[in-house]
Amino acid sequence: MDLSAISPVLLLAALMVAATPILLAAIGELVVERAGVLNLGVEGMMITGAICGFITAVATGSPMLGFVGAALGGAALSLLFGVLTQYLLSNQVATGLALTLFGIGLASLLGQGYVGVRAPSVPKLDIPVLSDLPWLGPILFRHDIIVYLGLAIVAAVWWFLRHSRGGLVLRAVGENHEAAHALGYHVTRVRMAAIAFGGACAGLGGAYLSLVRVPQWTEGVTAGAGWIALAIVVFASWRPGRLVVGAFLFGGITVLQLNLQAARVQIPVEVLSMSPYIVTIVALVALSARKGRGSAAPGSLGQSFHAAR
Amino acid sequence: MTDVLLSLSGLTKAYPGVVANSDVSFDIRPGEVHALLGENGAGKSTLVKTIYGLVRPDAGQMTLRGAAFAPSEPRAARAAGVAMVFQHFSLFDALDVAENIALGMENPPPMRDLAARIRDVSERYGLPLDPSRVVGDLSAGERQRVEIIRCLLQDPKLLIMDEPTSVLTPQEVDILFATLRKLQAEGTAILYISHKLEEIRALCQHATILRLGKVVGTCDPRETSARDMAEMMVGTVLQVPSREAAVAGEVVLALTGLTAPPPRQFGTALCDITVEVRKGEVLGIGGVAGNGQDELLLALSGEMRVGSEMVRLKGQPIGHLPPNARRSRGLLAAPEERMGHAAAPDMSLTENAVLTGVVREDLSDRGFLRWAKARTFAESVIAKFDVRTPGPGSTARSLSGGNLQKFVIGREIMQRPEVLVVNQPTWGVDASAAAFIRQALLDLAEAGAAVIVVSQDLDELMEISDRFAALNGGRLSPPRPAQGLTVEEIGLMLGGAHDMEVAHVDA
Repeated sequence: MDLSAISPVLLLAALMVAATPILLAAIGELVVERAGVLNLGVEGMMITGAICGFITAVATGSPMLGFVGAALGGAALSLLFGVLTQYLLSNQVATGLALTLFGIGLASLLGQGYVGVRAPSVPKLDIPVLSDLPWLGPILFRHDIIVYLGLAIVAAVWWFLRHSRGGLVLRAVGENHEAAHALGYHVTRVRMAAIAFGGACAGLGGAYLSLVRVPQWTEGVTAGAGWIALAIVVFASWRPGRLVVGAFLFGGITVLQLNLQAARVQIPVEVLSMSPYIVTIVALVALSARKGRGSAAPGSLGQSFHAAR
Repeated sequence: MTDVLLSLSGLTKAYPGVVANSDVSFDIRPGEVHALLGENGAGKSTLVKTIYGLVRPDAGQMTLRGAAFAPSEPRAARAAGVAMVFQHFSLFDALDVAENIALGMENPPPMRDLAARIRDVSERYGLPLDPSRVVGDLSAGERQRVEIIRCLLQDPKLLIMDEPTSVLTPQEVDILFATLRKLQAEGTAILYISHKLEEIRALCQHATILRLGKVVGTCDPRETSARDMAEMMVGTVLQVPSREAAVAGEVVLALTGLTAPPPRQFGTALCDITVEVRKGEVLGIGGVAGNGQDELLLALSGEMRVGSEMVRLKGQPIGHLPPNARRSRGLLAAPEERMGHAAAPDMSLTENAVLTGVVREDLSDRGFLRWAKARTFAESVIAKFDVRTPGPGSTARSLSGGNLQKFVIGREIMQRPEVLVVNQPTWGVDASAAAFIRQALLDLAEAGAAVIVVSQDLDELMEISDRFAALNGGRLSPPRPAQGLTVEEIGLMLGGAHDMEVAHVDA
């Protein structure tokens, strides 16, 4: 056992990278659920995004175009869910589960010829001055642009939901779709937009796995990250700030337990492997256990809306 | 007063199977309060939704100040100066007052200015309201203020109010009327929908009466009696429930210090409720919605368990028992929401009859249901309570509100309860079905059962109760004999100004 081999700086730097795919997928799902839609297909949209991004990046040689392709792929799959649940009024839970199964199958079909292919690497940003800072430089300022994009999206979503008119309408639609309709808002239109945004974010998260973290195509590359993202949304009480805490905590413990495994700590590997899940759930349950406003689910979450005209 | 603000001519709207509006025409003038009367299902809601742009008519035209008016969505109606206060479905519990108001406006100012304007308007019209409070925590009266201020901020020319007083105390109704008269003096026209005919007589200058989607009459409510208007609405002569003077027997149900936390978010905690109900007595419990009515019913039916000694039936502690154990001991209940709570919408009437009747009607045999017996039971409820339906195989959803209500109340009464608790037994039920249900409850009490009627309809409670008590914030006032209570006294009881502390010392 050699704990001195674990460098806190590298650990914290790795934490931000490990948290990014979950953060991206979760912030998308948060918007979807605040609009009153429960899309359980996050895993399927992530893995579809992962392969769409990978194919685009390989074909064009540009990882940035790859991420664009991933967002489009994820959004396209989510719109399938949107049409089924919002216009054809299918059950959201069943449709979401089916979307996951469909997405996994579709991704492995599309990925047939790409196993073992290497993707063009994503450049790390090298911010002058900042990245040379001791400690803070390697932890905060030597990542690829997607890490910062993820955090920027979270901040933008927070601002949108809290301060913009559009965010107020979106929350209203999720809280009580009958009332929103009675006031003349387009429930279905708002929800379709939210669903597409959620799909694009999940796609980005998936592509981050296949283009940065792994970085190659293997079947089942998302390995349940979509389900973690779903759980984090609920335990974060549908609030962007807590979502970041949850995603970083999960990413951090994941990296830490891998390091501990490598350092041969006398704890069973199985216990270490399950620790990120347990710690994240316990921490977020403790956060959301406090009573008060905002800890409740959106009022119309998971219900189909059909306007009587 | 001669020029016309809004003119409707020949409005027709049909839904599959029903004609909601058929050739409806009338005019509304600036500065008048125009009443729209009719039973449930007469087409009032469809008509106002048409004016507000939520429903597109199949035929007919509207003109607003001489120009053609055909709003395709509420935004267009609001822009033209039409505002609407809804009976249900238009506030967001988890959002605060200012956010709720901003959602109902076309171009809301930034939140800080909006809060200032809300304070401004609320003071000018005597409707105090704090813009930063969460709507889920407000009382029914305060919620309505939110809706009204939302409308007033847009300076409407026509204000539509859909049953605004059904959830208010008499004092709150007075405040509302003062606000409406002030608006009227400023030249705003008000289209006022209500079942409460005395209110309409006090407030309105014109009334249009709808029956089955058609205009069947107009009158000046100030010169027409409530009874005449009611008969125009129903189309027949009304039967008023009657009963013999009751002799109260022994105590069957006793609540002692009943206290329970709210079972859901934005619910009400029950606080130290103590009351006794005797054989052959009808206890009416009034109160504004959201003051603990639902919670009290849950505690009595057994859906919410409480301390065993808090509820006693014939001396036996039953507070800890679940619903079926209480049913077998003779305590039955019919909750307010008939679709989804009292009845499962997509199940047949026979199946719905089994759901509560299985214990007392002996409808199961070693775990197997006795369908033949269940069907006979459902048929007997249908026959005895005049439920209009093709048969016991129809789904609960296919029944109209009044017919389903007759079925769910009848289902409990046919099980010969010793204590029956009903919540809002005639809510949203037309006048003749309501009279039928009230009579059935009175007959049940006469036959020796104790009946607790929880209702927001004070006229109903005064008509059938022997004693009256008010729920306020989860507390129950000491019951008083219903005969001789004045509206002012009831209003004070509903507002919580009863002498609770003195009552505790006495008890």
